[in-house]
Amino acid sequence: MNIHEYQAKRLLQEYGVPVPRGYAATNSREVETAISHLGDDMIVVKAQIHAGGRGKGTFTDGYKGGVKVVKNREEAQEAANHMLDNTLVTAQTGPEGRKVQTLYFTEACDIDHEYYLAIVLDRETAQSVIIASTEGGMDIEAVAEKTPEKIIRVPISPTMGLRHYHCRRVAFALGFAGDQVKQFARILTGLYKMFWEKNAMLVEINPLVTTKQGQLIALDAKVSFDSNAIFQHPEIQQLRDLNEEDPKEIEASKHNLAYIALDGNIACMVNGAGLAMATMDIIQSFGGSPANFLDVGGGANEDQVTAAFKIILSDPNVKGILVNIFGGIMKCDVIANGIVAAAKNVEIKVPLVVRLEGTNVEAGKKILRESGVALTPADSLVQAAEIIVEQVKNAD
Amino acid sequence: MSILVNKDTRLVVQGITGKTGTFHTQQCIEYGTNVVAGVTPGKGGQMWEGKVPVCNTVAEAVEQHGANVSVIYVPPAFAADSILEAIEAEIPLVICITEGVPVRDMAEVRRRLYFHNTKTRLIGPNCPGIITPGECKIGIMPGYIHKPGRVGVVSRSGTLTYEAVWQLTQRGHGQSTCIGIGGDPINGTSQLDAVRMLNEDPETDAIIMIGEIGGSAEEEACAYIKEHVKKPVAGFIAGASAPKGRTMGHAGAIVSASGAGTAEAKFAAMEDAGVSIARNPSEIADALLKIYKG
Repeated sequence: MNIHEYQAKRLLQEYGVPVPRGYAATNSREVETAISHLGDDMIVVKAQIHAGGRGKGTFTDGYKGGVKVVKNREEAQEAANHMLDNTLVTAQTGPEGRKVQTLYFTEACDIDHEYYLAIVLDRETAQSVIIASTEGGMDIEAVAEKTPEKIIRVPISPTMGLRHYHCRRVAFALGFAGDQVKQFARILTGLYKMFWEKNAMLVEINPLVTTKQGQLIALDAKVSFDSNAIFQHPEIQQLRDLNEEDPKEIEASKHNLAYIALDGNIACMVNGAGLAMATMDIIQSFGGSPANFLDVGGGANEDQVTAAFKIILSDPNVKGILVNIFGGIMKCDVIANGIVAAAKNVEIKVPLVVRLEGTNVEAGKKILRESGVALTPADSLVQAAEIIVEQVKNAD
Repeated sequence: MSILVNKDTRLVVQGITGKTGTFHTQQCIEYGTNVVAGVTPGKGGQMWEGKVPVCNTVAEAVEQHGANVSVIYVPPAFAADSILEAIEAEIPLVICITEGVPVRDMAEVRRRLYFHNTKTRLIGPNCPGIITPGECKIGIMPGYIHKPGRVGVVSRSGTLTYEAVWQLTQRGHGQSTCIGIGGDPINGTSQLDAVRMLNEDPETDAIIMIGEIGGSAEEEACAYIKEHVKKPVAGFIAGASAPKGRTMGHAGAIVSASGAGTAEAKFAAMEDAGVSIARNPSEIADALLKIYKG
């Protein structure tokens, strides 16, 4: 789960990491208030969306830049008028862009140098790793590729945790001296504490800057949390912004279904993530294009299957549906009952191919046969994919 | 025969009285697995379904009933605790089926496994389990699709494993042992661990490895295969059509923004290791049978 920059900075602040004073706003009244809290001086206006590359982004009406440094309150108001409720397209949003529904106004600061600082959970070694660089403010993956020697990596054992010497090691490697070493240690300690306590998968400060006055400040922040652990953190759950998610994905998450919208026209309903991906792959290998990833999970019930159908069919691009179930925990008769119930509830006007195998397969096939629901049964995955791709092609 | 589990396996089920635990324990007993005990704290002394004694702790199941393998069906919030309890009870093999375990919990579990002279091997979490056909089924896979034989199967995906196993069985080839290592980013047994065990097993003649996008587990296994494995190996990677930066159901199945962990990179590693590649999930068994006649 991701959160906005302004939310991430509030969290950082709770953990003692200095951030520029700032105020968020979601409407014109709040914009006015936010601006009035800041001095009539340099102000940074930042569009809040869950995607990077905002500064270099362009709004769909041609207005350039989702991050603006302006000279005074009046200019801040003007930038806000352009940005709020406008759609921002960045390298990470895709061509459709994201509607900007929150703005963040902060004090500007006199930047001396920009650094990069992050903590990620490394899956291979099962520990957190501090990643730091003197090359802040840019795409860190590009830095890692072009100048790997400029990336500092320090692994932290989850049982031992972050120690003072870790902080000193990174601080000296970044070239800090004197009081800045102490400031950096405070920041890294807070960052690690937040990372660990909140079950984050990534916390990133890019850039972490030194000001001309010698202060270290987090100018931008990105945090993503382990969705499996959100149940332990209701305060983080509250930060979820449904505006940033596909409505179909929100609906799916309500029913505990793993759904991801894609841009093709053949919807898939599969049990198991691996088989769901493989089903998408095989549709593509026959020249079709998957409309979604959908894993109904191991223990789905009839209601979930019905919900899954509704979600699939709410995508206007869908021209055909492939159901591929290999029953383990999931019993084929449950899926079959779900399909029949869904067909009664929602009108399925597009071709439907169903392939069942595994636990209670005969019972499942019998239910489908006797239901009178219009569908094409398939005996194998390859056959199922071939049929649905063909049927969708013919329908065009 | 097999690796890890066989007819001598004495299974304890952690979370035996829950709905999932009950259903799958019944299935496993029907298959012939020797379930010697269950664990549900607070229900010690009861009999599960009139058949299996329930203990309060894993240690009791070991001491009183000689359990030597544990399977875990407890909810995600308590799964890591259950794994650690089984490790402390020195159970040699622990299989965690539970899906949705917090990644940080697994980071802690893995430290415990690696650095404390642990006697335990963990399989999973978020996995279908392990089966030695005809002898012992532990987990949630449908038993009837398997058949005793000499092909070892290792996979990150549950249902995709069933797919491959079913293809093998339909073509008359049985399996020595099938291991689902699970779809989470941090797990107990890697592709490499499983391939190594199957390679060293005298009763396994050929290996199928099924991977997914994300991480580098398949690349590491391929480096080992290139160097050490003489047995025929076939492989498949799911997720070639998945977009970058999105987690595809399994927390571990994500291609990073930088492009690491792609299906292409993994297929290339397989190619380099001399693995027979299935480009399509319905051709996994055929990819093996091209280079293995049984």
